[in-house]
Amino acid sequence: MSRLPDGRYVDDAPYDPNLSIQTIERKDLDAPARVLVWRKFKTHRLGLISGIFLLFCYLMLPFAGFIAPYSPNERYSDNLYSPPQGIHLWHEGKFVGPYVYAMTSEPNMVTFKWEFKPDTSTPQKLSFFCKGSTYDLAGLIPTDRHLFCAPEGVTVFLLGSDRLGRDMFSRILYGAQLSLTVGLIGITVSFVLGIFFGSVAGYFGGGIDWVINRMIEILRSLPELPLWLALSAAVPSNWGPVSVFFIISVILGILDWPGLARSVRAKFLSLREEEYVRAAEMMGASSGRVIRKHLLPNFMSHLIASATLSIPAMILGETALSFLGLGLRAPAVSWGVMLNDAQNLVNVEIYWWTALPMLPIIIVVLAFNFLGDGLRDSLDPYEH
Amino acid sequence: MQILRYAVYRFGTMLLTLLVVSALIFAIINLPPGDYLSNQIAELKSTGQSAGVAKAEFLRKEYALDRPLWEQYLIWVGFAPGPHGFSGLIQGNFGWSFEFDRPVAEIVGDSLWLTVLVNLAAVLFVYMVALPLGVLAAARSRTWVDYSSAFVGYLGLATPNFLLALILFYYGHRYMNLPIGGLMDPSFEGQPMSWDKVQSILWHLIVPTFVIGTSGAAAMMQRLRANMLDELGKPYVETAIAKGMSPRRMLTKYPLRVAFNPFVADIGNLLPSMVSGSVLVSVVLGLQTIGPTLLTALRAQDQFLAGFVLMFVALLTLIGTMISDVLLVLLDPRIRYEGRDA
Repeated sequence: MSRLPDGRYVDDAPYDPNLSIQTIERKDLDAPARVLVWRKFKTHRLGLISGIFLLFCYLMLPFAGFIAPYSPNERYSDNLYSPPQGIHLWHEGKFVGPYVYAMTSEPNMVTFKWEFKPDTSTPQKLSFFCKGSTYDLAGLIPTDRHLFCAPEGVTVFLLGSDRLGRDMFSRILYGAQLSLTVGLIGITVSFVLGIFFGSVAGYFGGGIDWVINRMIEILRSLPELPLWLALSAAVPSNWGPVSVFFIISVILGILDWPGLARSVRAKFLSLREEEYVRAAEMMGASSGRVIRKHLLPNFMSHLIASATLSIPAMILGETALSFLGLGLRAPAVSWGVMLNDAQNLVNVEIYWWTALPMLPIIIVVLAFNFLGDGLRDSLDPYEH
Repeated sequence: MQILRYAVYRFGTMLLTLLVVSALIFAIINLPPGDYLSNQIAELKSTGQSAGVAKAEFLRKEYALDRPLWEQYLIWVGFAPGPHGFSGLIQGNFGWSFEFDRPVAEIVGDSLWLTVLVNLAAVLFVYMVALPLGVLAAARSRTWVDYSSAFVGYLGLATPNFLLALILFYYGHRYMNLPIGGLMDPSFEGQPMSWDKVQSILWHLIVPTFVIGTSGAAAMMQRLRANMLDELGKPYVETAIAKGMSPRRMLTKYPLRVAFNPFVADIGNLLPSMVSGSVLVSVVLGLQTIGPTLLTALRAQDQFLAGFVLMFVALLTLIGTMISDVLLVLLDPRIRYEGRDA
């Protein structure tokens, strides 16, 4: 607090422009809720960045084949455990554009390892929008264009190659397709089950409520992973990768709904006494209509926020299952399947890049957490 | 006296829950088509070994696998007489493991205690880490203490358990000479308890405890911080500060006391995920808990073994939840004894 010459007192604290955004004026009370939510969410910078990042990741999924220079199961038997190759721009002081060095390998008879050495004499320029192995763009259009590839006879392994000589970078991109969608399918299953059971229990109450509530309590008190393991052990081994993928996502979702159902039920218990519900019932609306049209929209946004927070658990669950060999299986590529190769500590010590798929897992899970936190915080625009 | 009645009531509901859980587990175990023996019989028949078939058929009769499923369930739990009278889980007969060709009780044996030990250590770790850090983060909110603990917490939540286990094991062994693998030195296995054995177990427990506890501790810390922050904004805190109470005494005497209740209640939510984590981590680190046994049993469709392990794991979490509920009533006089649901 300082005193001005004319005798007024002025607060010394710097002016915070966000403060005036967040205080709610009369006309804001009439603004649609989503405008207020968006305005508040924008101030949650970490959540906003995470949201944009995740959106980018999911938009990239259909084009994984285009960005990846190789197909996920393409093997280069001369380049087993090849270390990551850097992309360079300048060669001997001259700008040549993005290029890589060709890798030559020779066996080291002391350590019994293949040693890779870059051949630094000639830069091998990368070509763009070039032809490579064929793939289906977005799963529909067969094409063989890739964003970038190395010249003939040279490899470009941005993140190294694994024990079968497959490109880690391409596999991480393809793995994202399964690892990221597992959470979405799982959460859909859990959402449908959770809303159904929660709303039935909360709306009708009585005996149904008691039964569903006990069911929720029991399922919540059981450890998830052993049950996931048991359920996925029941998946027949002769199923194709796609059906295994679907059934695994459903299994992940099936044990997740109790938490959601609980919050739905609690909300319903308080909301069903409201006048507008009574009014709708008086006018002869069926229970289904009251639930769908009058009750659910009230807290759909809350549900979405909590769903965002439970997607990471599913992504981690898939990783854990695949890591143990009970989830997705070999021809399918997911981050968990890739980490299955990193089970051996000795391998990870020598070929550290085989453990790289853990980075996208950690980043995506963090992003979902931040996004969920941001959403949850901004969903009550009338607070503060 | 009232608390005793509540404990008994809570124990009763736990038993009922356990009953439902046993049916659920039995159903899940029997989801895959066929059973261990019928698969074995099919395999023997296709390779033309008729001698083995007779034995397998005998075992099928012996363990009532030729009966309808619901009868099998009743026999397994011990509600209905099997071929040798009442002999199920209730009577203390855990069944026969076809994969190892030994009784289940013999296989799980020691690993039951080690499982309890590992989980207990992890719970203790969670409290020991989450309590001071959560309070500190709340008291110094929006400072580097808060931010760095939040950062570590988020990282702990986001890193898959098994990866953390691998990384820690590697570096722990390299720089601190922590032992790799197992829960005790191999020379102590099967030996009677001795001081050296206890020391060896404790030494081996460090990494698993840390790995299993981290994500739980992170979640707990965040919740404690949020609870504390709610309390710190209340007028009574202002009053306490205004009358000149030292910050430390003020913190521990009032807001912590209030924020502590959800902290205790939370163990019920935390325990299932920690037991999950311990199963996974045990598999990765090769601990002699029931985690690896479960995985083998599930892979081989060894139903009695898998069923027993799942039951045990469920029992562990149920008992933990029950204890936390009773503790909460002891701790919070506002909770009514009758009817738990708010």
